[in-house]
Amino acid sequence: MANALPSNLLDESLGGSSGGGRMILVEDCVETSGAFVVHHLLKRALNSHSSDAVVFLSFSHPLSHYDRVLRKMGCNLSVQRDNKRLLFLDMLALDHLDRNRGKTSEDILIALYGEIQKAVEISRSHEARHHITVVIDDVSLMEVDANGSSDLVLDFLRYCCSLTAQFGCSLIALNHGDVYSTVDQPNLLLQLEYLADIVIKIEPLATGLAKDVHGQLTVTNRNLRVDSGKSRSRIHNFQFRIKDNSVEYFYPGSKT
Amino acid sequence: MFQGLPCRFEVESVRNDGCPNSKQTMQWLIANDDDAARPSTAQQRRRSSAERLWWTRVTNRNSFSVLVVVVASVMVMAANKPRSGSFSRNFGGASSSVPSIPGLKHGPNGTMLLSSGIPDLDKILGGGLALGSLVVVREDPEAPHHMLLLRNFMSQGLVHHQPLIYASPASDPRGFLGTLPSPMVSKDDKSRVHETEQEKGLRIAWQYKKYFGEQSSESHKDGKSEYCNDFDLRKPLERHFFSGKQIDCVSLKESADLGAFHERCSSFLSQANQNNGNITGGRIAIQSLCSPQCEYSNREWEMLSFVRSLKSVVRLSNAVAVVTFSPSLVSTTFSIRLQHLADTLVSVKAIPDEDKELAKLLTGYQDMVGLLSVHKVARFNTQVPAILETTTFSMKLQKRRSLVLECINQAPVDGATGSSYGSSGSCSGSSKTGSFDF
Repeated sequence: MANALPSNLLDESLGGSSGGGRMILVEDCVETSGAFVVHHLLKRALNSHSSDAVVFLSFSHPLSHYDRVLRKMGCNLSVQRDNKRLLFLDMLALDHLDRNRGKTSEDILIALYGEIQKAVEISRSHEARHHITVVIDDVSLMEVDANGSSDLVLDFLRYCCSLTAQFGCSLIALNHGDVYSTVDQPNLLLQLEYLADIVIKIEPLATGLAKDVHGQLTVTNRNLRVDSGKSRSRIHNFQFRIKDNSVEYFYPGSKT
Repeated sequence: MFQGLPCRFEVESVRNDGCPNSKQTMQWLIANDDDAARPSTAQQRRRSSAERLWWTRVTNRNSFSVLVVVVASVMVMAANKPRSGSFSRNFGGASSSVPSIPGLKHGPNGTMLLSSGIPDLDKILGGGLALGSLVVVREDPEAPHHMLLLRNFMSQGLVHHQPLIYASPASDPRGFLGTLPSPMVSKDDKSRVHETEQEKGLRIAWQYKKYFGEQSSESHKDGKSEYCNDFDLRKPLERHFFSGKQIDCVSLKESADLGAFHERCSSFLSQANQNNGNITGGRIAIQSLCSPQCEYSNREWEMLSFVRSLKSVVRLSNAVAVVTFSPSLVSTTFSIRLQHLADTLVSVKAIPDEDKELAKLLTGYQDMVGLLSVHKVARFNTQVPAILETTTFSMKLQKRRSLVLECINQAPVDGATGSSYGSSGSCSGSSKTGSFDF
């Protein structure tokens, strides 16, 4: 699958194969948004050369926004949705919110997990999709919807993680690092970082705003299996510039 | 500004008493064909280029004089008349296609924009506020500058007959409507332009400014239905703007929880959407959401949940919601979560009066009332972030009437004492100056 796309620094640091259940955590902050990484991974998953499927849980934007963004990148979400390769769960839509009236957040999250599991099972068995990716945008809004009980959210994410082991799915979650920076105790972010196989952190440049370089990315790839049986982690750091149809990644100082 | 122009000239800054002291070079690139024939020393350059450029010495009240190199040749000016594309990138040129709806205009990536009521802020934000966006304003507890933003926002809505709902923690929020400013009468605008042209010493410099002025004056020609009005803060809004419109005022103090208020917002938005099938754009203004007078103010998750649901209903409608809050009244986590929820994030800060250090640091300090910083600009349907030239602007009241936002200009540094910087006169957004965090 990676053969179809020109490889860039981000793809290289994530490791070639997208198969095998992995959890990728994307952390961003107010100054620099990490949505472009989610768009990139979504596009990668919906690559037309494979028969992968995506379950997209959106808390922040409606489908129209993602549709327009990805169309500029060369991926048509509406077509993919019609081909049953994309299941878009729009949590912004009013009917999901109305459910809040009768049920507790726990019930809602349980029901949501049920939907995802069912979708994964169906895709896997009936439609013979090899690899399913679950994308969550974003976790902090899920916490707000759950009225602040991060335990519920953590349970939900752990269950989704179990899908990666059971069905070999990948899980991609976007969260905001700076929200948790003032909380001392073990918090949701730390737990997620522990669960994740790959952590992608997006930060602004230390020197401030710039038109050519929009920020820097740090990819920490944990639990890499080395031949000797031990596991180690690798850290990659590079900078990026976001354009409408693609994102340029380059090492600091090598921007031409 | 003058793109692709190969010639260079040096400018010296000279003190008031006439002795050249610190040299502070500003290099301007100006069009010139026979660059090769140009003599090398500054002195010779000055003498020989008389027909092409002049220096003008301008003294300002801060007792520094700055020499401004101006290309006064009309030929060169005419040849380099700025294309509207380079100055108003986001407007698509001087609006040749006037949109059919007076209060709205088309924005980038298929969005519609409405005006914030402050022309400078509209320019900074790329045309205005996008319909469906949530604007969050971080207040400074020491100064009520966020009220200025809210007043202009609400007045603009009333002038354009856009439905408005206003909520505040006061017991009688209707009283605030009496303080809304009225649009400035157009003949004031013209006299303003004339005055500047008459300042003699600056005449040449201002001729050059005139070309910038032309860009904005085109929008003033439209007569009554302008997209963004200049508001006169000393004159209250006339009564006829208030009658018969959808204007709703809510007192947040009275509601025990935000659920009821959210219901009201939802019904307001659905009413605004149904307006005979035309889009008019609705406005929601919520002032001081977290103020301690309200019962719900210690229930942070409830407030977050309210803003989240407000954001989702606004996103699906043709309205803009402006929410102001004071970060000092809530926990940092809450504040950051709220800032993440915002599509457009702006903060206002007070400037202390009679601060000698600031007065030395900034030009025009006496006129400033506060600082406005833009942290995030709403980007719908695109992933490319909006990178502004500068993020901090000074808020000034021009003639105590209208609010203008200007780039901060640092006063020239005395070269003898130390650090030279090449960007005097331009906006220095990233310079760190002691404890002042711009």
